[in-house]
Amino acid sequence: MFELFDVALILAVALNFVFLGVSRTRAVINAVALQGALIGTFILFVQPDVGLRGILLALVTIALKGRIIPTFLLHAMREADIQHEVEPVVGFIPSLLLGGVGTALAIAFSNTLPLTSEHAHLLLVPASFSTVWTGFLLLTTRRQAIMQVLGYLVLENGIYLFGLLLLEAMPFLVEMGVLLDVFTGVFVMGIIVHHINVEFDSISTAYLRNLKE
Amino acid sequence: MVYLLVLFPLAIAAVTFSLQSEQRRRWMVPLAGTGQLALVAWTITQSKPEELSGLGGWLLLDALGKVVLGFISVLFFVCALYTPGYLALRPDRPNRVFCTNLLASLAMMTLVTLSHHLGLMWVAMEATTLLSAPSIYFNHNARSLEATWKYLLIGSVGIALALFGSFFLAYSALKVGLETTLLFDQLIAAAPELSPPWLHAGFVLLFVGYGTKMGLAPMHTWKPDAYGEAPGMVGALLAGGVTSCAFLAILRIYQICRAGPEAEFAQNIMVLMGLFSMAVAAVFMVRQRDFKRMLAYSSIEHMGILVLGVGIGGAAIYGALLHLINNGLTKGVLFLSAGNIHRAYGSKVTDHVHGAIRRVPLSGALFLLGFLAITGSPPFAPFVSEFTIVSEAMNTHQFWTGGLFLTLMAIVFMGMGATVLSVVLGKPDEQAAHTTIRDSLATSGPILIVATLVVLLGIVVPAPLQQALREAAALLGG
Amino acid sequence: MHDPINTAIQIVVVLLLPPLLQGVIGKTKALFAGRMGPPFLQQYYDLFKLFQKDSVFSTTTTWIFRAGPVVALVTAFVAALFIPMGSPRSAVSFVGDPIVLAYVLGLSRFFTTSAALDTGSPFEGMGAAREVTFACLAEPALFLGLLVIANLTGSLQLDTMLGTVTDHWSTEGASLALVLTGWSIVLLAENCRIPFDDPNTHLELTMIHEVMVLDHSGPAFGMILYGASMKLLIFSALVVRLLIPLTGQGPWLDWPLFIAGALVVAVLVGVMESSMARLRLTHVPALLISACMLSAFGFVLLMR
Repeated sequence: MFELFDVALILAVALNFVFLGVSRTRAVINAVALQGALIGTFILFVQPDVGLRGILLALVTIALKGRIIPTFLLHAMREADIQHEVEPVVGFIPSLLLGGVGTALAIAFSNTLPLTSEHAHLLLVPASFSTVWTGFLLLTTRRQAIMQVLGYLVLENGIYLFGLLLLEAMPFLVEMGVLLDVFTGVFVMGIIVHHINVEFDSISTAYLRNLKE
Repeated sequence: MVYLLVLFPLAIAAVTFSLQSEQRRRWMVPLAGTGQLALVAWTITQSKPEELSGLGGWLLLDALGKVVLGFISVLFFVCALYTPGYLALRPDRPNRVFCTNLLASLAMMTLVTLSHHLGLMWVAMEATTLLSAPSIYFNHNARSLEATWKYLLIGSVGIALALFGSFFLAYSALKVGLETTLLFDQLIAAAPELSPPWLHAGFVLLFVGYGTKMGLAPMHTWKPDAYGEAPGMVGALLAGGVTSCAFLAILRIYQICRAGPEAEFAQNIMVLMGLFSMAVAAVFMVRQRDFKRMLAYSSIEHMGILVLGVGIGGAAIYGALLHLINNGLTKGVLFLSAGNIHRAYGSKVTDHVHGAIRRVPLSGALFLLGFLAITGSPPFAPFVSEFTIVSEAMNTHQFWTGGLFLTLMAIVFMGMGATVLSVVLGKPDEQAAHTTIRDSLATSGPILIVATLVVLLGIVVPAPLQQALREAAALLGG
Repeated sequence: MHDPINTAIQIVVVLLLPPLLQGVIGKTKALFAGRMGPPFLQQYYDLFKLFQKDSVFSTTTTWIFRAGPVVALVTAFVAALFIPMGSPRSAVSFVGDPIVLAYVLGLSRFFTTSAALDTGSPFEGMGAAREVTFACLAEPALFLGLLVIANLTGSLQLDTMLGTVTDHWSTEGASLALVLTGWSIVLLAENCRIPFDDPNTHLELTMIHEVMVLDHSGPAFGMILYGASMKLLIFSALVVRLLIPLTGQGPWLDWPLFIAGALVVAVLVGVMESSMARLRLTHVPALLISACMLSAFGFVLLMR
């Protein structure tokens, strides 16, 4: 059981490299959707005897992260007639390497963390840190507004992974609230992306530099 | 009872959204503000203790919550009174989304003060971020768009880190075999046994996360942009309301740390970040040409003072809580009068704006009064609270902290003074573009109310308020 | 110690199987495109035809140009003998042979690129530059993967390593899955398949491998094609043996099993080529670095 889970987690981490190395925005959206759906299923690994609650949560996560949000973003891209590739601030290869170094550090760091014995050998914690780090990289090194939204989503995915350790502690209502907030957040960001496109005829945030000292 | 506090503004928000008339929608905001103020006053003074909790302990109005909730209601009330007059000046902009979001964010701010559960509080905090974003974009131009984008992105990332920190906190209980919970009371009770490394890391992440919402340096970069581009009243609500909620969140975490072994660690971080925020604000306030951005930096400075007060501890905690109220109210005066001046001149840069005292005498005078108050001149309210904080620093022999505090205050006074005086005094530049907008009761009356409060609180802090502040400070060891 | 039957079978397989793999890939692609496609044995006919011809050598070239194809074929053949295929022992094996494998493959690349540079043609120089650049990125992925396996099995002998590695899927599956992914990418890159290089393209500007061999003709070109096919067999064998254990029932079951595995790999490559477009040249390094990182990540996981 745990072995399969490890392979699934590795897949999630491997997708992080896809986000960093792929230049086509549409491909990245699809990859984020895949990661979202993938981590939606993880609940079933963490708690094999899931009740109705767990199944519902898994379904909502998969629907939201794997389907609704990506569809919305793809729709926003079509509407905005967005250019498909924008050179990032830090190139694809350096950001890939940064991602790799970050992942290695995440693994090294989680080894030093005082985890409970049943979590110590799990890859969940390094995977979570690595995903959070990838989210940060996307947020800081990409100029395209929609890529920054995706970075936020990936960051959120990483935090969600860590949250799986606390499945019993997190009340259902809060989990739903968190998911709803993420969804609304992305929704509002999508609207702003649309406005940015209307205003500047581009979704590169390089145009957003009027406000400074 | 507590449910009503959240549901009432939400219900009005729903009604506002469904109204067709721009005219009527405008008046729903003061209606809700007045109603909410009455409701809150009644709840705080009249309710029995058992009526103050709900949802099985998830909602609980404790002493700390009462202070923040009461303050937010007053501030919102004043801003709400200002709203119809302001919107009347901007008939070109549709106000459906704006009014609805104002009311909904009032509901969410109330929820933050009520929630006694880390997760619920997080959800409410994130909701305030999302709800206030469209208000910043009210002007629908390139600059406000940029400000909204930065606000939204930095705010969301910050708040995501806070969620990460909340998980760490919960894990610190799991690690030592306690039943994991996110309820504050249970966390405080269990605090001495929590796993220190996780508690440590959790505090740092939560502090960074909610500190981003508060606008502490170096996570403050969204603040000058957002406050500079948002309408004055939104600035007042953000600087007084949303940041207070974030501060409350940090106080809650501090409560847990204090109950555990981490009090000193948390206090050191707070002193450091507080002083750093003040220093950054001071540097950027000197020669600041945009007076709304200047107010944003002033807000960063005062957020620094708030966490610094908690970091110093003892009587300074009482001072910090009092300063939360005083700073928020004074920011109300400043942002609203700055909004009036901005409207009257059609500009917010000191190159174009001179002699406000002649063109808009009331707003100009109030802006000057607000400046004197916020920089800590007697006899205004912020003087009292700032003095409390610095004297506690000196009493407990934290001379470096106290000395730096005073030095930075002096720099801020000089920097801010140069900008404010150039705006208020002098002769209006006849060449520069100007509008026909002048002072009116609708846009100046509400400012007069807050200004009066600022002066009164400077002379005397009423006994019930003192009592409430003491009780709240006692929860934090003050 | 080496049993002669398996050695003989391996030599025969290495000599005869490679062109069939190319044929299977071609057939698969044709089926996807809705065509009949060339027969499975097409490459045998091609090679036969090429060996019938005369070679034309440019007067500006030296012996290096002539040596290139020969070395490429011989090194591919030698390298293939090191790789364990359908038997527990490969034809040539000793402790430390992965390092020899590295040098043999390196020698092959050195001579192919030198031969390309020898022509003095700017196109071929460009192709050589690309080949070397990508090889620099692909090799670490291959050898980091071998490092993982060496670590798992505690052996530095290719046949022992790949013979026992399949036992570890149940315990260290995550690492091995990463190595497998990394190697699959290397397989496509080293054999100039889509998405790295389009073997069918006729645009010199976009080609990598094909552009290096433009000036070769007749038997020389035949040797290059033959060597390239053997290289495909080498990488397919690595992937197959990483995934499928030997049955231990003797050569009459293991060899057919292995050949079937290699053919399946060829079919998969064909499917892959039919469903993907070639990457833009500037993005190729990103994918290769990902392959390296996957293998490295597998190693880090193992060391955890």
